[in-house]
Parts: sequence; C-alpha cells; structure tokens
Amino acid sequence: MTAPVIEVTDLYKSYGPVEAVRGLSFSVEEGEVFGLLGPNGAGKTSTVEMLEGLRVPDRGTVLVCGLDPQKTGDRFKERVGAILQSTNLPDKIRVKEAIELFAELYHKHGDTNELLRRFQLTEKSSAFYKNLSGGQKQRLALAMALVNNPQVVFLDEPTAGLDPQVRREIYDIIEDLRRAKKTVLITTHYIEEAERLCDRVAIVDSGRVIAHGTPRELKQKSAGNTRIEVRLARPPANGALAHIDAVSDYRELDGTYVLRSSRPPQTIVALVKHLEAEGNELQSLEMFSPTLEDVFIELTGRRLRE
Amino acid sequence: MSATPTMDYSQRPKYIAATWSLTKVRMLLAMRNRAFFFFSLMMPMLFLIGAVIFIHQKGGFVSQYILGVLLTWTVMGSFWGVSVQLVTFREQGILRRFRLAPVGAGPMLASSILSNYAMAVPTLLIEVLVCRYVLHIRNWGNPLGLFLLVTFGCAAFSAFGLIVASVTNTMQETQLINQLIWLGFLFLSGATIPLDSFPPWIQHAALFSPATYLAVGLETASMGTILWKDLATDIGGLAITLWAAFEISRRLFRWEPEAKVSKRAKLWVLAALIPIFAFGIAENHNGGYLKRTDANLKLLSQANREMTPQSQNHPQPSNSN
Repeated sequence: MTAPVIEVTDLYKSYGPVEAVRGLSFSVEEGEVFGLLGPNGAGKTSTVEMLEGLRVPDRGTVLVCGLDPQKTGDRFKERVGAILQSTNLPDKIRVKEAIELFAELYHKHGDTNELLRRFQLTEKSSAFYKNLSGGQKQRLALAMALVNNPQVVFLDEPTAGLDPQVRREIYDIIEDLRRAKKTVLITTHYIEEAERLCDRVAIVDSGRVIAHGTPRELKQKSAGNTRIEVRLARPPANGALAHIDAVSDYRELDGTYVLRSSRPPQTIVALVKHLEAEGNELQSLEMFSPTLEDVFIELTGRRLRE
Repeated sequence: MSATPTMDYSQRPKYIAATWSLTKVRMLLAMRNRAFFFFSLMMPMLFLIGAVIFIHQKGGFVSQYILGVLLTWTVMGSFWGVSVQLVTFREQGILRRFRLAPVGAGPMLASSILSNYAMAVPTLLIEVLVCRYVLHIRNWGNPLGLFLLVTFGCAAFSAFGLIVASVTNTMQETQLINQLIWLGFLFLSGATIPLDSFPPWIQHAALFSPATYLAVGLETASMGTILWKDLATDIGGLAITLWAAFEISRRLFRWEPEAKVSKRAKLWVLAALIPIFAFGIAENHNGGYLKRTDANLKLLSQANREMTPQSQNHPQPSNSN
C-alpha cells in the first residue's frame, strides 16, 4: 500500500483568540477526490491554506507528496495546483497572457492553447480579466491551477457564488480530474457538491473533523432515516412530536419541525392523527432522503448554511 | 488531462526566466494603465513644457543645466509607480495568486524595477531630444555618464519605492508617504532649490540621501563637466542604494496585507542601511559633492550674467574628461 498523498496530523491554527483549526487530522490517497465539508468558519480554508503553504500551522504536521509545504518551497509548488477562495488577477491582463505568464513560472508546463480550449476560453483569450464573467474567471483560475500538470489539486470553494449552469461545468472539470487520476482536495459547504464529486468526505465543524468516510457510509450513519420537515399552524406541545410512531430524532429548526423516521408512511399517518387530536393544522410537509446535511444536523444540531 | 504535452524549461536559469516573464507582463499592464501615462509621461512632459517656456529665451548653458534637473525629477519619480502597483496588487489579492507559483520575492521585485526602467526610457529620451532640438543645448553633455546615472538612478529609486510598498498597507497610505518622500527628495537634493541655499547642517544631512548623488551627478553630466572619478562616486552611491533598497524590500516583502514582518527581517533592514550611512559619512568627510554643487552654480550664475536674451555668447563649459 502506497503512502497517502496528503497527510494531516493534529493540525492547529489560531488567529489571536480565535482557534480556527483545533487538532484536525485526515489523509488522502492518490487519485482520490476528498472533500472538506462544513459551514462557513469551520476552518476549511485555514486548513487548505496550510496545505498549500500559504499559512504556517501553529502545531501539527502537513505532508503533501511527502513534502512539507513550509520547508520545500519551489519543489512543493511545482507539484501542486490550487484555486484560492479569494484571489484576483490584474484587471487589464488578457486571458492568454495570464495563462502563459503562469505557465512560464514553472519548470514544466502544459500546452496553454490546449488548456484554453479545454476550459472553453479560446474565444476569450484576448479578453481582459475584468471583462470576464464569474464563471469564466473561475474557469481561468482552474486552467491556471492545472497549468503545471500538478499531481495534487486544491480547490477552495470552487463553485461558491456561481450560477447552477457554471457550477455543473466546474463539476464536469472535476470529474475529468478524477478520470485523470489527480489527487483533489475540495472544500465546500454545498451538500450536492460533496455527494456528487467526492470519494471521501470529512465533515468539519469548529476546526475539528466530526465525521469522515464515503458519502454513502456517512449517510448510513444517519441510520438510513428519511427526513420529514413539517410546518404547523401552531407550535406543538413540548416534545410531543418526538413520540410519534417510528420517529428516531426530532428537532425544531427555524420554525420547521424536522422528524427522522425509519418508516415514513407510518410516521405521517401518526402525525396527522396527532395533529387532529391536538386541534393543530399541517401547513406543509416535505420528505427527503438522507443527505450529508442530515449527518451534519444530527452531529451538530445546526444546518450547514447557518 | 494528464495527456497534455509538457514542455521542459528546467535548463533555463529559473529566476532569470521568471523575472523576464513578469517584466514583459508588467510592461504591458503599465501601457494599458491611464494613471501610468499620467504620472510617467504626462507629468514629466508638463515639467518639460514649463522648462521650454521658462528658459526658451535663455537657451544654451541654462538649458544644459535644466536638462539635468528634468532628468533628475523624472528618475526620482520612479519610486512612485512601482510602490503604487505593488500595494494595489497586494490589496487586490493578486500577489496571493503568485505566491502559489514557484516564484519568490526576488523576481517579483526585480521585474518591477526592470519594467519601470524600460517604461521610463522613452520619457527620458524625449526630454533629452527636446532640450537638444527645441532648447538648443550646445552639446550632449556626457552621454555615457547620463546613461549610467539614469540607469542606476531609475533602478535605485524604483527599489526605494518597493520599500515604501513593503511598509504600507493601503493606497492612501502609500500616496501619503510617497508625497512626503517626493518632496524630501525634490527639495533636499539640490534638484529644485540649490543646496547652497540651505544651512550647512541640511547640506551635510543631504549627503546621506541618494537623491543628492543623482541630482548632482545628472546636473554635472548634462553640463559635460563631470569627472570620471566623480561619475564613479555618483554611480557607486546609487549602486549601494539600489543594493540596500532591493535587499530591504526583499526582506520586508509581504504577499498578503495581514502578513507581519519578522524580527529577523527588521534586523536585516538595519544591516542593509549601514552602507548608505557609511557612504554619507565618507562624503561628509571629503566634501566632494558640496564642492561640485558650488562649482555647478558658479558656472550657471556666470552664464546668466554673461547672457542676455539676444546674446548667443554662452560660456563654453569645459569638459574635464
């Protein structure tokens, strides 16, 4: 068995009194698409920036391709590519100039025309950076991240703020990276992204990994329960909904009552009867198959977007 | 995606290649920037037009002196553009992206200096040509001396600008500090008010400023009276400034606004300042600069006395080389 391509052990990072990362550990195998899933402020970006060598850990070890990002400098940078959450290029640099400039900074680089074609930027190759749409800027960022044909790619919130169409385009590119056997670490707070793209996911909250595994394994940990979300005319009696037939978990989130049930039909029938008996009224009812969000809610009592 | 062909540039000296790539792009960006055109081309041209109007009737030797002053102003302005660009790049998160690539602070800073020099050359050439063909200076002064002083001057003052960019965080801060330094350079170098007009202690303090080496050197070279040993001293002073300023800015270089400068880097800054102080002390000791400024002014006032607007009998500067 080969050594993991990314190995993070007991990582800590604080900014003044704020502890952003608190003893985080995980590893990523070669050719794997690994996701760090968590809400904003969970410590994902701090973690990935320590992996990229942009931030110095307070404690713990980081190895990428067997190299310490803080100590191996250019040798490390030649082997990785990255999209940062917040970055920019000069307004008046043309697309082709930007990609050629970054290509020339590496000892070995891919064919820049091929990259432009692959990322559908050929027609925009003479456009100024400031005139690109959000999606085009993100495609350019991806092209630049891959310009050195890296072994490991870090993608920090690669689809944040993009419309669904562009998001799907980015997903296709990440699927291509998987097929090309690249090792990819992606941070996201989008459930769909983590479930669709990642071979394995670490759910991060308050600077710690609170669960990890394949998306399927994590959802199974949710006991395979269906989530039933209801809105009622009046608040129910305290804790009454928790005792309805087949309900394994019950919470109130923003005025919505969330029930988890291993036998949804029985639960719904029992719920309707209970509400009739209480003189309460059902305003809406939605059912969801278990998702990673359910795992997160079970573990933290909060939604990912909160 | 892994099938994309790769090109191996490992045989090229990496830092030179990176510096050259960055220099090319910086030049392109400068040419597309309106602020660059205003500060680097329009402002010197306004000074030039002012000079043309002011001394058109005098011509000859006075023009020759004014050429040195104009070149000094343009060269000293080099620090302005590089500092503003570097701070803007850092504020906008552009430097962050470069930090991911295998390129260090050295090529980033060197490319700033080189592109700034390349973009200043046309302005400087225009100034020389206007002085020659519109203001009718009598000769080209010491062209090699002018070229060397302009080259080392642009590089040294650009590197100075990089120090400003290293210690400021915002554009407003940068502009404010630039203004203060610019005024200091202009008025305490002899480029605007002759050093002779100041009290002796200011004259001695001015010998610690690289602006003085540049101003005195360019004035003397434009009049054609510079001695080779004086030229070597001027260029030596500017070269020391260039090295020290580059080293300081490299040590203080920050890729991100929130990054802090380490104590070790601060100690390096102090160490890098030592040669500039040593040079200033040596010049205070031998007094060569003050004698040269005095001689330049005497030549100029003699020329003014002998000239009338109708007269063409200008004193011929003696080329001591």
